[in-house]
Amino acid sequence: MRPMSAIALEHPRTRTTAVRGGIGRALLFVLVLAALWGLWEGYRWLWIREGWTKPFVVNDITMPHLYGIFHQLFVPARVNGPQLITLLCHSALFTAKEAAVGFGIGATVGFALGVILSHFGVLRRGLLPYVVASQTIPIIAIAPIVVVGLGNYNIAAWLRVAVIAAYLTFFPVTVNTLRGLQSADPRAIELMHSYAAGGWAILWKLRVPSALPYLFSAFKVSATASVVGAIIGEAPSSIPDGLGGAIINFNQYYTLEPKNLWATNLVAACLGIFFFLAVVVVERLVVRRAPEHLA
Amino acid sequence: MTAIAQPIPRATLANRVGRRARDWVPAVAVFALGIVAWQWLFPDVFHIERFLLPRFSAVMSTFWHKRSELWGAGWFTFKEALGGFALGCSVALVVALVLSRWRRLGQALMPVAIAANAIPIIAFAPITNAWFGLLSPWSKIVMAAVLCFFPVLVNTLRGLTSVPPESIELMRSYAASERAIYRRVRIPTSLPFLFSALKIGCVLAMIGAVVGDYFGGSTKALGVEVQSSVSLSQFETAWSAILVASILGIAFYATIAVAERLALSWHPSTRGATE
Amino acid sequence: MSAGTPDAVVSIQSLSKVFGKGGVTALQDIGLEVERGEFVSLIGPSGCGKSTLLRIVGDIIEPTSGTVSVNGKPARRARLDRDYGIVFQAPVLYDWRTVAKNIALPLEMLGWDRGRRADRVKEMVELVDLSGFEGYHPWQLSGGMQQRVSIARAFSFSPALLLMDEPFGALDEMTRERLNLELLRIWDEIGSTIIFVTHSITEAVFLSTRVVVMSARPGRIAGIVRVDLPQPRTAITREDPRFFELVTEVREQLHAVGADEVLEEATLQ
Repeated sequence: MRPMSAIALEHPRTRTTAVRGGIGRALLFVLVLAALWGLWEGYRWLWIREGWTKPFVVNDITMPHLYGIFHQLFVPARVNGPQLITLLCHSALFTAKEAAVGFGIGATVGFALGVILSHFGVLRRGLLPYVVASQTIPIIAIAPIVVVGLGNYNIAAWLRVAVIAAYLTFFPVTVNTLRGLQSADPRAIELMHSYAAGGWAILWKLRVPSALPYLFSAFKVSATASVVGAIIGEAPSSIPDGLGGAIINFNQYYTLEPKNLWATNLVAACLGIFFFLAVVVVERLVVRRAPEHLA
Repeated sequence: MTAIAQPIPRATLANRVGRRARDWVPAVAVFALGIVAWQWLFPDVFHIERFLLPRFSAVMSTFWHKRSELWGAGWFTFKEALGGFALGCSVALVVALVLSRWRRLGQALMPVAIAANAIPIIAFAPITNAWFGLLSPWSKIVMAAVLCFFPVLVNTLRGLTSVPPESIELMRSYAASERAIYRRVRIPTSLPFLFSALKIGCVLAMIGAVVGDYFGGSTKALGVEVQSSVSLSQFETAWSAILVASILGIAFYATIAVAERLALSWHPSTRGATE
Repeated sequence: MSAGTPDAVVSIQSLSKVFGKGGVTALQDIGLEVERGEFVSLIGPSGCGKSTLLRIVGDIIEPTSGTVSVNGKPARRARLDRDYGIVFQAPVLYDWRTVAKNIALPLEMLGWDRGRRADRVKEMVELVDLSGFEGYHPWQLSGGMQQRVSIARAFSFSPALLLMDEPFGALDEMTRERLNLELLRIWDEIGSTIIFVTHSITEAVFLSTRVVVMSARPGRIAGIVRVDLPQPRTAITREDPRFFELVTEVREQLHAVGADEVLEEATLQ
């Protein structure tokens, strides 16, 4: 237990300073993005001018102009068809549904597993090595097998992909649930015992709240992982409706029109970031802690 | 003088063996149960078809017969994963040191780093293939490197900046330079975080290397092996290859875990002092 | 900036500290001279700025106005010349170093060679009564033992000045009384000047040559009590009638500055 520093915070934060800080950070973020844009275009210009081939050849196919990629979104994907961005948004929604459901399943299973393993030492020692080992199995190899296998049980295609997403989601949640539940202060536990609190009460009133920071840490990782899982699940299983299908499709015609693939990646990135931010927002609302006092 | 110290546990041989047994027996039991289930439960009771999961004995015999081919492919892919791991981790360490030293830069870049980490890696695979060519190992190495980079960066950065303020005040009272503070305080403090990240990173590197294969790659690679054997309905081979990937991933992880024990021999958690 | 009396190790003049823009005034117009070999305690209600004052003397925090000189130099120069040692309430030991290596830390920073360091560490370990524990790691020791390591480390390079911020605050009464005696013994052997922040009136009176009473925020010096108990102090000193008189005097000065909270648990007859 570390005592709080003897010196009070030098700048107690008020509302206005917080808002000003937020705007400042947003501006900084935009500035950094602009700098990265400049870096991309600069790299491209320099490599093409000098004709360097290491680490890879730079041309319109390998490194399209960034504004070209943005522009591509508003070009019809097929002749007389809707704009690419409309197409991609539909795909993104489809994938998002799979990812969200997968996240829900994975987080629940992961949490339950974590609670059980923390409670029963024997199970923990028996199962934890295999839980860890399960993540070394390349999901992309298993995905088509799982998708086809579950098809035998008349489960909708998107739900099968959600299972794949759940597979990638549950592990960080399990590990962090375990750590979080063990992190409760022993003295707080003794206090609960003095109230003759039963096992369930201690779990829900003490251990789980203590575990929340760890849980949200895991959720942030899992949110992104669920999107990855959904895309990976779609791709080898030839499900055309989602982003995975779009990636496979545009990859085939990459040399013809590379910007399509890059645009798809942009949308996929936004989806992943969106999921991540959703968790961050929920965390801000749910977890109210004293800020860590660190140097 | 009353010493309320916790002495270093002087374990007798019986103690140590007893403790080890308690730790390992459940895992071994589950392993045995797993084999039994694979051999009999799944095929005969649940009627899981051969193309989903062939019988354990069938997979094992293929595993044995094709072992040189499989391990060759495994080694090929492992080298890509190892290269990516080395590349990703070293860049991440350098960036972490820089960002911890110049905090403003770190604060500015962190949101971008977090956003970049949220990009589904599979989106990156076709791009690296376009850059380095389908057959070049570099496309898989870069995939693996990109996958490891962020966990190692974020964790190491946290470790470098998780020093209690009084530790820094103490070093200032010794008029220590920034370099000395890093050497003596920040870097040792970050080691547990670093190893945590390395363990995550090594598994991700292996996965990155295999994922890359699915968008095309050399026939000597493991992922390609799985894909081609599935297309030829040789499911035993496919599962054997998956097994090889898994074993390599576990071995990689175990190596890092051993290195962690050695480097962190002073840490309470490795000495088993807490709980 | 000229120091006060020639024998002053620490000279504080018109010192003020304000946190934040137009924010909290932690210290107001502090003036204090600490002479060589003294043991000065700072005591006062919570928030009176005693820890802040200590950190300003140690050049860990900068004052808003006023001057501090240590050994005739500005505080910053004194820090860079490593003229003082500091002990915090938390032991602040490094987990990855053994007891011996923790004590050797400042010596390494000062560039002492291995042999000289080993000798000094041995001396200090004996001084704080931790012989046999050199190879242990901090988390294997009790709180009192960790704090002793922290003290050994602070004294290891024989600084002219020692700054101590409630070092025994986290310990039980028995351990605290024992460590008080040990601290006095070490002080006697090494001869440093000590500035000591504490919450405990009896501890302040027992250890010090002078007790500085500070008022609540904004912190000012409300009064100074000169402790004329004989040296060396022993367990018997605690039963000396003069001891009780001085404790009462300090307590009354604290009440006068509005220290409503009970600083002492012991009721005296």
